[in-house]
Amino acid sequence: MKNFVGFVVLVVIGVMLLLVVQEMPTFGDINNPVHNEVAERYLEDAVKDTGALNAVSAIITDYRAFDTLGEITVLLTAIAALLAVLRS
Amino acid sequence: MRNIIVRVIARVIIPFIQLYGFYVVFHGHLSPGGGFAGGTIIAASLILYVLAFGLVAEEKRVPERIAQIIESLGAIVYVVIGLVGVLVGAQFLGNKIAGFPLGVPGRILSSGSILILTIAIGFKVASTMITLFNHLIEDEKEG
Repeated sequence: MKNFVGFVVLVVIGVMLLLVVQEMPTFGDINNPVHNEVAERYLEDAVKDTGALNAVSAIITDYRAFDTLGEITVLLTAIAALLAVLRS
Repeated sequence: MRNIIVRVIARVIIPFIQLYGFYVVFHGHLSPGGGFAGGTIIAASLILYVLAFGLVAEEKRVPERIAQIIESLGAIVYVVIGLVGVLVGAQFLGNKIAGFPLGVPGRILSSGSILILTIAIGFKVASTMITLFNHLIEDEKEG
């Protein structure tokens, strides 16, 4: 009985997930919502906004600098954990 | 690994690796590269030094204490540069809006806080890599 209920729940969830997948935008379509004006703006205005010729640098240390702060925190945490574990 | 060939070649090649690493870090806002890539190259030269000359010799050149100070300093510089934006009334980690001089695009001293943040990331990544490596091979230390 318990197995049957679990089976039914899994089937219902699976059908719902498949229905959602049907609604997803086509991969790589030019009209997808992700292809909006943000990427264009970064590429066109990066030099004017940040003064950096390298658009990747402009994004990771200016537009998305807070994300890079998180990456630095990951490094700091890794080294703190390492020193805590390995230092005899 | 205490081979004479390895030591001679390492002695010749390490300055060039470090120079290239510093080039990648300091041109992070101009050419492909940046703090993470350049810091890893600098750390690679130090790792080569450890492999060729041993951990003891490397500890004399870059003491663990200095590496840890550089490590913390990188993160502190990053946060302080971010807080400058808050102090002048713009947002956290703002660049142009926080009043950093942008300079002429294409020059080394340009792009305001991006250059400072890239250098901070570079030194931090380099010291992290070398500290990790030193501690992981410490168990296999032989004379």
